[in-house]
Amino acid sequence: VEQSPPQSPGPGKAGDAPNRRSGHVRGARVLSPPGRRARLSSPGPSSSSEAREELRRRLRGLIERSRVMIFSKSYCPHSTRVKELFSSLGVECNVLELDQVDDGAKVQEVLSEITNQKTVPNVFVNKVHVGGCDQTFQAYQSGLLQKLLQEDSAYDYDLIIVGGGSGGLSCAKEAAILGKKVMVLDFVVPSPQGTSWGLGGTCVNVGCIPKKLMHQAALLGQALCDSRKFGWEYNQQVKHNWETMTKAIQNHISSLNWGYRLSLREKAVAYVNSYGEFVEHHKIKVTNKKGQETYYTAAQFVIATGERPRYLGIQGDKEYCITSDDLFSLPYCPGKTLVVGASYVALECAGFLAGIGLDVTVMVRSILLRGFDQEMAEKVGSYMEQHGVKFLRKFIPVMIQQLEKGSPGKLKVLAKSTEGTETIEGVYNTVLLAIGRDSCTRKMGLEKIGVKINEKSGKIPVNDVEQTSVPYVFAVGDISEGKPELTPVAIQSGKLLARRLFGASLEKCDYINVPTTVFTPLEYGCCGLAEEKAIEVYKKENLEIYHTLFWPLEWTVAGRENNTCYAKIICNKLDHDRVIGFHILGPNAGEVTQGFAAAMKCGLTKQLLDDTIGIHPTCGEVFTTLEITKSSGLDITQKGCG
Amino acid sequence: MAAMAVALRGLGGRFRWRTQAVAGGVRGAARGAAGQRDYDLLVIGGGSGGLACAKEAAQLGRKVAVVDYVEPSPQGTRWGLGGTCVNVGCIPKKLMHQAALLGGLIQDAPHYGWEVAQPVPHDWRKMAEAVQNHVKSLNWGHRVQLQDRKVKYFNIKASFVDEHTVCGVAKGGKEILLSADHIIIATGGRPRYPMHIEGALEYGITSDDIFWLKESPGKTLVVGASYVALECAGFLTGIGLDTTVMIRSIPLRGFDQQMSSMVIEHMASHGTRFLRGCAPSRVRRLPDGHLQVTWEDCTTGKEDTGTFDTVLWAIGRVPDTRSLNLEKAGVDTSPDTQKILVDSREGTSVPHIYAIGDVVEGRPELTPTAIMAGRLLVQRLFGGSSDLMDYDNVPTTVFTPLEYGCVGLSEEEAVARHGQEHVEVYHAHYKPLEFTVAGRDASQCYVKMVCLREPPQLVLGLHFLGPSAGEVTQGFALGIKCGASYAQVMRTVGIHPTCSEEVVKLRISKRSGLDPTVTGC
Repeated sequence: VEQSPPQSPGPGKAGDAPNRRSGHVRGARVLSPPGRRARLSSPGPSSSSEAREELRRRLRGLIERSRVMIFSKSYCPHSTRVKELFSSLGVECNVLELDQVDDGAKVQEVLSEITNQKTVPNVFVNKVHVGGCDQTFQAYQSGLLQKLLQEDSAYDYDLIIVGGGSGGLSCAKEAAILGKKVMVLDFVVPSPQGTSWGLGGTCVNVGCIPKKLMHQAALLGQALCDSRKFGWEYNQQVKHNWETMTKAIQNHISSLNWGYRLSLREKAVAYVNSYGEFVEHHKIKVTNKKGQETYYTAAQFVIATGERPRYLGIQGDKEYCITSDDLFSLPYCPGKTLVVGASYVALECAGFLAGIGLDVTVMVRSILLRGFDQEMAEKVGSYMEQHGVKFLRKFIPVMIQQLEKGSPGKLKVLAKSTEGTETIEGVYNTVLLAIGRDSCTRKMGLEKIGVKINEKSGKIPVNDVEQTSVPYVFAVGDISEGKPELTPVAIQSGKLLARRLFGASLEKCDYINVPTTVFTPLEYGCCGLAEEKAIEVYKKENLEIYHTLFWPLEWTVAGRENNTCYAKIICNKLDHDRVIGFHILGPNAGEVTQGFAAAMKCGLTKQLLDDTIGIHPTCGEVFTTLEITKSSGLDITQKGCG
Repeated sequence: MAAMAVALRGLGGRFRWRTQAVAGGVRGAARGAAGQRDYDLLVIGGGSGGLACAKEAAQLGRKVAVVDYVEPSPQGTRWGLGGTCVNVGCIPKKLMHQAALLGGLIQDAPHYGWEVAQPVPHDWRKMAEAVQNHVKSLNWGHRVQLQDRKVKYFNIKASFVDEHTVCGVAKGGKEILLSADHIIIATGGRPRYPMHIEGALEYGITSDDIFWLKESPGKTLVVGASYVALECAGFLTGIGLDTTVMIRSIPLRGFDQQMSSMVIEHMASHGTRFLRGCAPSRVRRLPDGHLQVTWEDCTTGKEDTGTFDTVLWAIGRVPDTRSLNLEKAGVDTSPDTQKILVDSREGTSVPHIYAIGDVVEGRPELTPTAIMAGRLLVQRLFGGSSDLMDYDNVPTTVFTPLEYGCVGLSEEEAVARHGQEHVEVYHAHYKPLEFTVAGRDASQCYVKMVCLREPPQLVLGLHFLGPSAGEVTQGFALGIKCGASYAQVMRTVGIHPTCSEEVVKLRISKRSGLDPTVTGC
């Protein structure tokens, strides 16, 4: 990597420091009035957030206008080394000596908010945060620093996003709105069964959207049963037609795919339907369906490639089993189905398949809905069990054999107990694997540019500004380690990332109290902590848990079961009974949960719940009248009504 | 506290009460020995508010009685314990609304693969019977709850004899005198009849009757623009009846007017007929049994007529205070509305007499409000509490075919209070996911958040028009109670795919003039 050294003298000689005691920096774009100590913050009450905002703005300006910006301390040997490095490269830098300005401490605070780095030197090259002394030298040794210095117009794009799912698209659109030249790479590797789809990622094509629509189909089946009780008269035995449903859903998805293409075009984002692989720093090779290769470069990259369903690694799994990648566009009714797994994907699929009248069995290795509140998870399972879904607990499949071809065919599944030597056999038309998902991070050349991944999970560790181990590479969505795997989270973090990179924003994505809903036949909505987790974090004696069973009004006349829907909140007694966990099992749980999540953002307490007037008659109102604590052991079953 | 209240009243009152007790001599009368009254608390009215009071007081160890009596409607409809909400309000209306929603879902079903032959007819009798059975089970439930808590229940019509004594007349005409230290009036309201309209009383029904009809009301004219009118018209249309709403001036007075007009727009596009700016002048029964309604167009003055099977008046409600003999106790009412005047502690002009619920001047006429006000009142009376009822930011939902949920200020009210330049309104037209496959029109699915313009943009009001609006609104009502700002709501991660996530994705301000239609995912 070559370097054209500018003809300016390098900064950073130790002897220079005293001359710059007024915050004078070379390249002198932030000179302060002579004879005064430099202040970066505006005058006025220094504690006010306005002043702080102003300081941020000015720091950001400094960083954006400088080819190299070093925040330093004149006595710091590491800072000196960095200055000498740039000097030796013949590169002119802006240096701000934090020990020589009035508000150095504040600058350092704000810097640490921006970069998550508390120490000096704090180095930026062409707007990219390189890091401290060690990182700068590492970048120099890897050639990255030279690349960064070259930047500006040197790249094809300001930003290339790998992955056209919820997170990638939101990031792309936001960056484009902010005037950047953006490219999105999206390529769907067909599933082992050959299923492929259009732009939009998992959520739109093989996730939230089709599953909620199939869930709705199942709910309509229930509504049809209910409707007779409400006076509607039609012939008994309504049959369900899989093809009609699937076609309607796929049509809707196609329109969404098209909508995404259109919105990228409107925002002048380049969309390339090709597979991306890093080949060297700032450079990515893209390969289209025909195998044609093209190379693109960009100043920054966002990885948003998401995940794909995991296979068991047993005989016959890839040949004969399907996953959620295939189910929603399956051209034929899956018939008698075995769902393997107990993830929310497994239970949701099992739920709607049973709801449209299929014979469904779920094979569970250990617990249901790992990571979710286990009391709720068991209730979700038992409702499904009461509504015709069979559960095989503590078994895992060991072999899948095809007995008959067809649409669907017949498969024999051999499974063994996780506790003993017992084996069982079953014959199903379809076996759906929903045992987890793997990150799509291993075959994209990340190692070539040094982006670290968690070798075990394949996930990419990021800091709180979504930055990977390589400063100009970011990751959002399901592949970022330790973040909730949810569309709205990816959308939010992608959008905020673009605003931080290209706008003047400092807002970070807030991953606390992210609400979610599992669309099982009886929906389960939650926000905050599971009971187990709350006990682990806060200790049982510091918690008060309020709960109740309830009977939705619409269920009464419909003759559906009482004492099934359940509401629970977990309060921290040490913090004014603040609600730290919210759980509801009942119809429209998603719609109910959203507002409470907003309230939790605003510091919801039990007292506020009690003070709020219910909306009658709804399910949501149950939270305004919670009286019975779990610790009291009192009966929560409802006898009669209200 | 009770003793103090008595002491404060002075001797006169006490003496008068004694005279009454002795002179009354009626069986079962106030036979308290040594100046003791029969009850610590007497609640007049067995609706949501009254029952909540009674149960709460009993829980606090007090001796409590509830008197409840349902004066039959002019059409002769009567019902059991539980008041308006349970018998002729929220409960049956939401169930009939659900019947109508199910009708819509049946039409959706074929799009989702269910092979159900259309159109599907609806049987009113079957629905009504199911709804009525549920209501009866609730009546029974309330009786049992009172019994369990040892609250004495009298099915009598009560009127004040003096400020501590109430005389009740049972069905057979027997009189009972009941005395109590504290009395809570919670008699609620009843639908108003337009007495000046010829035939209104003879031929018209109200919401007191509609839920108890054995036979389908058939082609129906609903007169009024209240939420009761629109909800009834909505479910009648939804179960397939030819329904017309006659509105003289504006719909849903007091609600956000943009939302109100969208509610009407949605109903009109789903088959409800509207006669705007019209007022009925008479109702006659034709020889064939149909009702002929004559109305006047208020702008042109032209008369027109139409024939209907049923005419439903939903023009407002009047408080049930006339037969209470309030003047005997000295309880003041508003000369305009006849509603009872109370202070922030629900106290009337008589120190130990209180009033809650729909019978009170200036309170929201909502079940949960009455319940909470009642419970807080009793906790103040007997539980040593001093918590007052907060009537601000009461959420509510109108169960029209497209539900409308709201909390806080309407846009008009926000502008009136804070000035146009200080109010920012964020809004969005969205399409519920379920509507897409079903091919439903989502023109009126709309959400708006009314905020202060100055950062952090405190949320003043939230208005949501769409499916499950009640469920959506409840949680946000809490947010507003917590003093949520626009920024905080925006920081909340959405739940995908739901309708409620549209609230946390509101980005377009009305002021910007940008298109608020949500596209994509």
